[in-house]
Amino acid sequence: MSLTITTAVLKRSPCSRYSLRSLRCWHSANETQKQKPREQKIQFSPSSSSKHDWIGPPDRLSNLRPIIYHIPEQETPLERQLRHLRQETEDWNHAFWTNQNVAFSQEKEDYILLQLKAKGLSERDETGRKRTLNSEEMAVFYKDFLDKNFQKHASYNKEWYRRNFRITLLMARVALQNTLRTLMGKGRGKEEGRTSGRSTT
Amino acid sequence: MYKTPCGRFTGALGLGLKQKNLTRAATGHLVRLCRDGPAQKITFQRLKILKRQYVASSGQFWQRAKPQHEPPSVLEDRDDAIIQQVQQIPATKPPVLEKEPEAVRAARIEARQWKELKVEFSELPGIYARLSKIKLTALVVTTAAAGYAMAPVPFDPMCFLLASLGTGLSSCMANSINQYFEVPFDSNMNRTKNRPLVRGQISPLHAVSFALACGVPGVSLLTLAVNPLTGLLGALNIVLYTCCYTPLKRLSITNTWVGAVVGAIPPVMGWTAATGSLDPGALLLGGFLYCWQFPHFNALSWNLREDYSRGGYRMMSVTHPALCRTVALRHSLGLVGLSAVAPAVGVTTWTFPLISLPINLYITHLSFRFYRHGDRTNARKLFFCSLWHLPMLLLLALTCKKIKVEPDGGVASITPPVAMRD
Repeated sequence: MSLTITTAVLKRSPCSRYSLRSLRCWHSANETQKQKPREQKIQFSPSSSSKHDWIGPPDRLSNLRPIIYHIPEQETPLERQLRHLRQETEDWNHAFWTNQNVAFSQEKEDYILLQLKAKGLSERDETGRKRTLNSEEMAVFYKDFLDKNFQKHASYNKEWYRRNFRITLLMARVALQNTLRTLMGKGRGKEEGRTSGRSTT
Repeated sequence: MYKTPCGRFTGALGLGLKQKNLTRAATGHLVRLCRDGPAQKITFQRLKILKRQYVASSGQFWQRAKPQHEPPSVLEDRDDAIIQQVQQIPATKPPVLEKEPEAVRAARIEARQWKELKVEFSELPGIYARLSKIKLTALVVTTAAAGYAMAPVPFDPMCFLLASLGTGLSSCMANSINQYFEVPFDSNMNRTKNRPLVRGQISPLHAVSFALACGVPGVSLLTLAVNPLTGLLGALNIVLYTCCYTPLKRLSITNTWVGAVVGAIPPVMGWTAATGSLDPGALLLGGFLYCWQFPHFNALSWNLREDYSRGGYRMMSVTHPALCRTVALRHSLGLVGLSAVAPAVGVTTWTFPLISLPINLYITHLSFRFYRHGDRTNARKLFFCSLWHLPMLLLLALTCKKIKVEPDGGVASITPPVAMRD
């Protein structure tokens, strides 16, 4: 019976499609991407009448905001390419920053414990609060962390700039394509948000 | 009924997936309950990060230990409730909590919601202002205006306005491109995590378009309406800031020196807008800004060492702390020296080194304390001093501006009406 209802509902109102990634909680077995780095599943689903992307709160670990991409009814290959690139970049960024932040916190804790042990102090003081080191002692750790990760940061930087440029260029091409299509009168429905260069997609 | 996203799928696929979903959701819950250790660690780390974010975002520069009221909201997040567009307000708040400014509280709540990426035209001016770092741009334009005013030529209001406008537009472009490049890094630093591109208020393409829409007219205005030298300096500054300083921030500490040059160019631009040539006076004014940058920035970065380290920024304060303090002191002394040289170059009268000595000595004194003790308090004091020191110095220089005596006995002074009265 639910099947009948589902198809009846869908026949009445065209639904906006959102990238499968947002509906990740029940991915099928033939998902080609490898184990997702993010632990937290995206729980949010945009309303079906929305024709825009949605951006969420910063992730707990990577501090980056996830985006749920809107898939238009007749997505062109260029738009699909853009969406995939953005998605992939977002996942790649998220993986990097999650690792970075977790490693930083972990190493910082380890360093503090090590220093306290060297001083002969316990982890917590008399009142039960965790002991901290002063900024000079912490500065040694910060410098060490930066030096250790220099190569990783440098290569991340290069890759990020490259991806950013590619995404922006693709966006420009998509915007141009959409503008031309609208001008030639072959617009895709009444999506006013897409026609001008001021679109957020 | 529990409305799942798969309900939108057509026909049998939707039905099949729905059933699978129910089983998976159940196992998901079970798995989550069994998974204790790593989740606890993540929560602790997250608490640390959240605590830092909360303290830093309270709008005040210094850090106070505030009671942690984040745990309830973190636990809520770990629940598997469907979060649609419901406001995520923590269920419980500890009774003893300092009164949080309303704006901060609203911002905090707003930051946890999902938002539609639709450009609201009414919000665009605010977005553009933040994108172009309008306050910093205003300071840059002020230094350029000071450079113009210090030039020993009759004051031309039109040229002055055009030069200021051109400089402002160039600065907007530079700042926008900088933010465009730095989105993931800005997301991870407390100071910068509310920037428009980080929050997704506009797309990267939009930001670049805005930057070009500011920069191209800005540089053209400077080149065509003022003079080509000023236009060249404007373009050079944009390139230095976006293509040298911004990437260098993550590669080497030399970024600070490049940044100091970037800060020194606007007054030079103001001077060349007035005179059309790179005189020693222009270089002197640039020298003031160059020297000032070091106590200003080194003090600021001293208290942000953890954020810089985590974000991968290579700043002197993190990698070479002793050098950081030495350089700040050295350049504070440089300010004293440059003030003494100003009359020799013909920019100011001899009263300038005397009346600027108190403020220059004060900032040098604070730099010295920073050099000796290198603690957060001294760094903070030095930073705040630098904020008023520069405007004051420029103002004093302006009041001591050397008035050129014309060969025919007339006096070329700052304002044309006065000259005409002679």
